[in-house]
This record gives sequence, structure tokens and C-alpha cells, in this order.
Amino acid sequence: MREGSSYPSAARPAGAVRPAGKARRTQAAERAVEAVWRIEAARLIGRLARMVGGDLGLAEDMAQDALVIALERWPQSGVPENPGAWLMATAKNRAIDQLRRRRRLESKQEQLAHELPSAANEPADESVSEEEIEDDVLALMCVTCHPVLSTEARVALTLRMLGGLTTREIARAYLVSDATMSQRIVRAKRTLAEAQVPFELPEVSELGARIGSVCEVVYLVFNEGYAASGGEEWMRPELCREALRLGRILVGLTPAESEVHGLLALMEIQMSRFGARIGPAGEPVLLLDQDRTRWDRLLAGRGLAALARAQALARAAGEAIGPYALQAAIAACHARARTSAETDWERIAALYEALAQLAPSPVVELNRAVAVAMAFGPQAGLALVDALAAATPALRDYRLLPSVRGDLLARLGRHAEAHAELERAASLAHNARERRLLLDRAAACAWLSQ
Amino acid sequence: MRFMMIMLPNIPNVEEANWTPDAEAVAAMGKYNEELAKAGVLLALDGLQSPAEGARVSFAGGNASVTDGPFAEAKELIGGYWMIEAASKEEAVQWASRCPAADGDTIEVRRVYELADFPPEVQEAGRLSQEPPAQTSAS
Repeated sequence: MREGSSYPSAARPAGAVRPAGKARRTQAAERAVEAVWRIEAARLIGRLARMVGGDLGLAEDMAQDALVIALERWPQSGVPENPGAWLMATAKNRAIDQLRRRRRLESKQEQLAHELPSAANEPADESVSEEEIEDDVLALMCVTCHPVLSTEARVALTLRMLGGLTTREIARAYLVSDATMSQRIVRAKRTLAEAQVPFELPEVSELGARIGSVCEVVYLVFNEGYAASGGEEWMRPELCREALRLGRILVGLTPAESEVHGLLALMEIQMSRFGARIGPAGEPVLLLDQDRTRWDRLLAGRGLAALARAQALARAAGEAIGPYALQAAIAACHARARTSAETDWERIAALYEALAQLAPSPVVELNRAVAVAMAFGPQAGLALVDALAAATPALRDYRLLPSVRGDLLARLGRHAEAHAELERAASLAHNARERRLLLDRAAACAWLSQ
Repeated sequence: MRFMMIMLPNIPNVEEANWTPDAEAVAAMGKYNEELAKAGVLLALDGLQSPAEGARVSFAGGNASVTDGPFAEAKELIGGYWMIEAASKEEAVQWASRCPAADGDTIEVRRVYELADFPPEVQEAGRLSQEPPAQTSAS
């Protein structure tokens, strides 16, 4: 069953003995095949999906068939000069063979006459333009991120078809079993088939919204890696890197979309802080306490450049920048400050206010309160937090509220109250490391309130 | 993982004239660079000006001595570099193989050190002057 497997490896008779050198070379060749797969998967599946009228399952099967053959042949023949073209030609030839075989077994002439043209009538050395392949990849992204799918399904399908990750790799990243992830992907493809989602670029009028859902999926993957929502580990860098790669690819496919540049800017800048988020004892370090010499200037620079592009595109369209670009602009304020003391908090507070207009949420309001407190004093920040709590009683169980409130109270010298809030925040924490951090801060307040 | 791909062009007698590539080569390389960017793997790149305009600083007996280019005895000259993000050395090598390099050119692929690669004592020694401030409250 293809779905449950990672890369199907060339069958070896049990007990066969291989000389060490040859085994090493074969392993190296297999790794080379895997590397090619990661590079070519999206383009291959995209083109095949278009050829077979949008059946993702069939397209993926055809691509996997070609991969199996590559794993059998390339260890001996070496990686071909144009691996993408080789895989494509192989996939098409296999598909034509199978369709011809089916024609002999069944006599559904009309159905096959319908199916064959796109596969068989393209000349063998047809050169598809780069633009067409890019359209295929974008169409594939829009399909794997289709709103008819659950968020989970979109993430799984996107990582598999566009990321070229194996089911096992995705399962590990999301802390589920291979079987669970496999099922998720199978069901996702079935949902798309049942909803008859066409393999097409969305209409121009719809494209913005659909690209929005692609951005959502990419940022979900990034966040999953950046701040693990459960378990012991604080971060999973491979997911962040995968999201960054998908974001960069998306920018290449939709260079005129301001928010796509905004999303990339946000991820590049956040990723630039990755190396500073863990302390020497493995403890999480908050942004303001981070050793900024460990901030990656290369990524920060790329992020600032992407932000500039996002702002220029919005300006050219006579529009305000969107939520991703706004968040990136906030992250940029931190990136530009050499030390935390040099942070432009007033600007950050203003940016959060703009964000609250566009995409209001408790997180945004709380962050705004923190920025206001830094710019104008803890009392001003506390006023905002209390107003928020009063307006939305349900937030009492939202862990960030007592966390922020506790900090502000501590800064106002109200240590006993701060202690209570931080202990409450700790009880709501999502993972062990966060809980530890909050309990430590609570203990510090308890000590100060004696 | 980050990798540096270092271009070592095959140019036996370097002068300004034969160092700068022709329009066709520039176009081909531009297309390759764009491919790297669109694949989401390119982080940075730079081309280096002619070694004829450069200098080499050599060290012997505790002293530094300077030689101006061109470096007639040099076995390998450096043309430029790309910094890419790849999941494995094999992937980086794949990308390097796709470069429209000229016959005789070589691209060396090297993994870039990240701070986490070093043991804690070395990280500590490499740390610049800043001591992390005491834990503050805001995030």
C-alpha cells in the first residue's frame, strides 16, 4: 500500500550479500534520489495532476511509480542530467502503458479515448514552458489548501505534495503515528475527489482569497515548528525551514501579491531569532532577554527586504498593508533594535493598533497592551488588559491574559497580585517549558512580596 | 542545513578581460540563480571581481606579507559563492550540478557552521561582549 510507505526501496532478496563499497554507493544513490524528489515532487505532481484532469491520487501514484524506477535504475546509471524531465517522461510512459493495458482488458473505448489524449498525444520530448509548470505548482497549492478540506488535511496534503516529505516525516513532525497521517492524507484526497475540486488556477476574482488560504497553511506549519503547542519540545526547526521554503516558492509564483511577501518577511524575521530562543540549560528565552548576537542577520536582512517589497506593492496598489505585513513590521522593529532598550515601542503599539483594526483578536490586544506598557508605562498597559478582560469574560481561561497581567502588576510593585496571576498562567500553560518559565516568574514575585 | 557553493572557474591566465563573463553566460547564470530563488533554497549570493584587482595576504614566521593579483601560481581561483538552504548534502550537490558552469569549472559544496554545531565551551568563547540581561517581564 503506497500510502503507508516512505520511499519504496528497490527490492532486495533476503540474505543477499553486498560488498561494502557497493552498498555505500547504493545508499548514496538512494539519498541522491530522495534529494531529487524533494526538489522535483511538486512540479512533477502538479504537471501530472493537470494531465489526468485533477485526480491527485492518480497523479501521485504516477509520480511514485517513476520514483520507484529511479530508485532501481539510478544507482547503476547515475542521476540523469535533467532528473525532473526524466521523472516526467518515465511517469508519462508508465501511465500510457497502464492505460493501454487497461484498454486490452476492458473495452471502455470512449472513457479511454477521453483519458488518453492528454497523456499519449503529447509528443515524447515536449518541452513544457517554465510558466506552465509554475501554473501547475500554484494550482496544486491552491488545491491542497482548498477550503473544503480541514486544516489538518490541508497541512498534511501540502507537506506531502508540495514539500515532498514522506508520510513518516510528516507524522513525526505532528506527533502522530504513520498510520494516522496516512489515513489523513487518503481521506483528504477522497474529499477533494468527492467535492470534484477542479485542478485549475482559481478565477482572478477568487485568487486573492485562495492564496490567502495557502498562506494560512504555510504559516500554520511555521508556527507548529516555531512554538510547539504540546509536548516537551519548544521548537521543531525542520518544520520552520519547510514553511520558509514553501513561502519562498509562493513568492516566486505570486510576486505581485503584497501579503505573500509580508508572510515571508514575517517568517524570515522570526526565524532569524531561532538560535537565541533556547538558553544554555535548554530553557526558553523571551524575546527581550535574548542574546541578540545570536540573531541571524542574514535572515533578518532577507525579512526586511521582503517587508519592503510588501509595502511597495501595497503602496503601488493604493492599499494599506495587510495583517502578515503588519506582523512582519512589528517583528522588524525588534530586528532593527540593537538592544532591547532601543526598541521603538511607540511604533510597535501603533502597528498593533492597525493590526487590531484589520484582524482583531485577544492575542493582538494583549500584545498591544504590552507594547503600550513599554511605551507609556505599566499602568497604561494594565488599563488595556483590564478593559479587555472586562469585555470578554471568556478570556479568563486564555493563558496569555494572566501572564501579561501578572507581568504588569509586578512592574507596578503589586507583587502579591502578580504572584497569583502568574501561578494561574502557569496552570494554563501549553507545555512543560512554558509552565516552568511562568512558575519561576511567579516564585520571584512571591519572594518580592514578602 | 546551510551550504556554501563556491565557484572555482577554470581561467588559466586571468586578466580583467577574460574574468567577466559574456552576455550569454550572464543570462544563463541569471536564469540559474532565479531557479534557486524560485525553488526557495537561495539565501544569498555574490560574484567576486577579478583576482587581477585583488590581493593575497600570506602568513609566515608570524608576519603577514601582501601579494597583488593576478595570482599566476594560484591553482584555484574563487569566482563567487551561493549560500543555500538544503535538507542534505545530496540536495546541495544536486543544485550545484544544475549550475550552467563552463567546462573545467568546479563548484565546491561545503556545509556552513551554525552556532549549535559547536560544543558549549566554544559557543561561550565565541560569544561577544553582551551578557544576557536578567529576566525581564514582557515578552
